[in-house]
Amino acid sequence: MTDFDSFPTEGFKGGDKELQEFLMVEKQKAQFNAQIHEFNDFCWEKCVDKPSNKLDSRTETCLTNCVDRFIDVSLLITNRFSQLLQKSGGM
Amino acid sequence: MDSVSNLTGAQKDELMDTVKQQIAVANAQELLTKMTEKCFKKCISKPGTSLDSSEQKCIAMCMDRYMDSWNLISRAYSMRIQRERSLN
Repeated sequence: MTDFDSFPTEGFKGGDKELQEFLMVEKQKAQFNAQIHEFNDFCWEKCVDKPSNKLDSRTETCLTNCVDRFIDVSLLITNRFSQLLQKSGGM
Repeated sequence: MDSVSNLTGAQKDELMDTVKQQIAVANAQELLTKMTEKCFKKCISKPGTSLDSSEQKCIAMCMDRYMDSWNLISRAYSMRIQRERSLN
């Protein structure tokens, strides 16, 4: 997928303020979108069975929970990992 | 990069429009790629000599549901971001 991290927000140092700001906002929006694509990719696999006329409420709940729990897991692992690093004397 | 600071207002607007457009295209392409992959997987269990009508119906439904799911997740994610912000 498009590599939004290489988006040139740094290249305009000393350049146009308005452009810098514009690129920052667009970069954030693009990263947000990329994240949703990623969530939708694996939450779809976890929650959706055969496609029907509409998403039933069970599937909707599953999708919403999937996003929240993924973020929980990500935060938990990040915190525990940094604790492990500290315990082992850091890197 | 010096030339960037010498743009006229109109040139700047044009540049911003181009950037926005390119992002929109990239976004649509990503959605299209993912949707094709996911719906092929859900709807075509055994590829035959043509797409039969039930497979076509399934694909159409799958596309609609994939976009529903995308929107739902977008809402859930932005709500979570807001919640995290109000905590910190």
